[in-house]
Amino acid sequence: MPEQKVVDADYLLLEAPRERKFITGAQAMAEAVKRANVDIAIAYPITPQSEVMHLVGDIWAQGYLKDYYRAEEEYGAMSAIAGAVRGGARAFSATSGPGLLRGLEAIASWPGHRIPAVLGVLTRVVNAPLSIQPDNVEISYLLNCGMVVLHAENQQDVFDFTLASFVISEKVDVYIPIAVCTEGFFVTHAKGYVNMTPEDMKLPPRDPYKAPVPPTDCEIPPARIQRDAPVQKSNFMSYLIHAVWQQEIWASNIRAMKYIYKYLGGPIEVVNPEAEVFIVASGCAAAQGREAVRYAQLEGLNVGLVKVKSIRPFPEKEIREVLSKAKAIIVPEHNIVGWLAKEVKATIPNNDIVIGGPRVYGGMTLPVELIMEKVYQALGIKKEKKVVV
Amino acid sequence: MGLEYVRISPGFEKYMPKDYVDLVQYGQFGKQIDVQQLGQFKELVEEHPMCAGCFMAYFVRVFYAALPNPEDTIVIGTAGCARLALSQAAVPFIYGNYGDTNAVASGLKRALSIRFPDKTKDVVVIAGDGGLIDIGFGMTMHSWFRREKFTTIMVDNEVYGNTGGQESGMSPKGVQLKMAPKGKQFDKINAVELAKTAGCVYVAKLSPTNPKRIAKTIKRAILAARHFGPTFIHAYTSCNIEYSIPTEKVLEDARKREKQDFAFYEWMTDEVKEFFEEIEKKTEEVKA
Repeated sequence: MPEQKVVDADYLLLEAPRERKFITGAQAMAEAVKRANVDIAIAYPITPQSEVMHLVGDIWAQGYLKDYYRAEEEYGAMSAIAGAVRGGARAFSATSGPGLLRGLEAIASWPGHRIPAVLGVLTRVVNAPLSIQPDNVEISYLLNCGMVVLHAENQQDVFDFTLASFVISEKVDVYIPIAVCTEGFFVTHAKGYVNMTPEDMKLPPRDPYKAPVPPTDCEIPPARIQRDAPVQKSNFMSYLIHAVWQQEIWASNIRAMKYIYKYLGGPIEVVNPEAEVFIVASGCAAAQGREAVRYAQLEGLNVGLVKVKSIRPFPEKEIREVLSKAKAIIVPEHNIVGWLAKEVKATIPNNDIVIGGPRVYGGMTLPVELIMEKVYQALGIKKEKKVVV
Repeated sequence: MGLEYVRISPGFEKYMPKDYVDLVQYGQFGKQIDVQQLGQFKELVEEHPMCAGCFMAYFVRVFYAALPNPEDTIVIGTAGCARLALSQAAVPFIYGNYGDTNAVASGLKRALSIRFPDKTKDVVVIAGDGGLIDIGFGMTMHSWFRREKFTTIMVDNEVYGNTGGQESGMSPKGVQLKMAPKGKQFDKINAVELAKTAGCVYVAKLSPTNPKRIAKTIKRAILAARHFGPTFIHAYTSCNIEYSIPTEKVLEDARKREKQDFAFYEWMTDEVKEFFEEIEKKTEEVKA
């Protein structure tokens, strides 16, 4: 078994020395799991996620995890995660697109069941005609579950978000699951530089007694514990039980924000805060948005970027503040429905300045030129289209 | 930890609910109860909202009295009638999502094995025919294929009782139920043979006519799961409402089915057989 020293979570996340490696997003996620003192990981194949759980299987075989198995399908995998976490273990799984939707009944119940698990979501097409290509429409299905949803731009984010998620989800005042999302292939199968904490250091183990609800392990009183009782009656008391429980879940979701500030530098990153036109983007689209800001700079245009790292809790206050003087907002996305544009529109008072798009989906890349077209449109610049003969 | 967490700290007895004090003083914790003493000790489940004359409620009552290690047992259920009583017992109970019992139990049992490698923690799934053989079929079968070490008990009332009387895979062929207005078109699924094929090390089928035998079967299923692998009990627990069995005829019906398709059946691997023979030999030595 590899020797790993348990170190303080704050030290590991904020102060520990880092080593720069050139690795894929899938590797970055597995490397974070390696340092997270995970008890059990449960896998089920689906492209493009499979690579992540192959690598997690490898580190289990090397002795970094205590248990690992390939489940029957995603509903079984996500249900077993719920069982393991109720039993006091720290658990991890990852999935993609159709797998996420297959497991969604279980996943959507995790927050209410107070299951602090970490789930990798490596996005791909979910709708027909079916395809394995990158598309992040599946994130929209996670927005109303109550869980924390983070969206990683690149390999570095994948490492940082995954490792921090184990710490944040187990905070007593949070104690709900976290989805770490990123685009399949674009991030999972492409390499980038990642500054990683030392391989021989890991988080402290999960303490299941430091919790708002007890683990189900027959170790603590009282003898009479029921986890996750359905509310069986049709009367006001039962409506109230459901209502206050869900209010607490969403309050927990908001309470995660302070830890997102502490460990991830806040829910948004702003480039060129004095800009008149802003690109608001998350995940891979933020990387392209970053490039568009550079293009704009070369052309002497005043364009900024708001990268949204946390989709739930959604940084409403922060976004309103940054965009208070914006003249136009462009929201490029890797999906057809424009879920981020809707979030932004629901957040700011003057939402007629939001230009939804450009949107690409079904596996298409997001060329910077598409974003620039929207920039020109926002600034009233007419450009002649270049025709390649 | 077992008994430690059940006991009341000295001086606190008078502040605890009487019900709880009775459980600790006159209940099963730390003792082996003879199921024929039902009614003479504080039972783990007493009040429940199940229908009058429900044989499943009776089976659940016997189940709790039969637990070999109630202070270190976790019960897992799903939607259906049984959980109405299971959720009111003095044994930790998990109710997850529809048909997820055997996946949740797999994760839970593994977590407990990681955290308490030297302790005995029994995990028992009790779910209905719909939960285990219809909606949860894949998870039930795969928990057996994977040789997960917990017990699965199917309380088979041959119908979706809790949702209002729909056909299930375990309903007998020809029976007219909701969602089968022309009668069920295919045979009752042979769960026992599936369990044997899928890798269960102990399989039993019974109609609950003999409490002592039910208790023995449950104890055996739990002990075998602890040491060897998955175990399965298929119990006929009639739905007197949907099958219109008069309350006073419920036991008669159970006896009738015992003569037909629910004759007592017990199968185990050679390894498990040797294990029980060894235990029985030791018990006899102690007696002698």
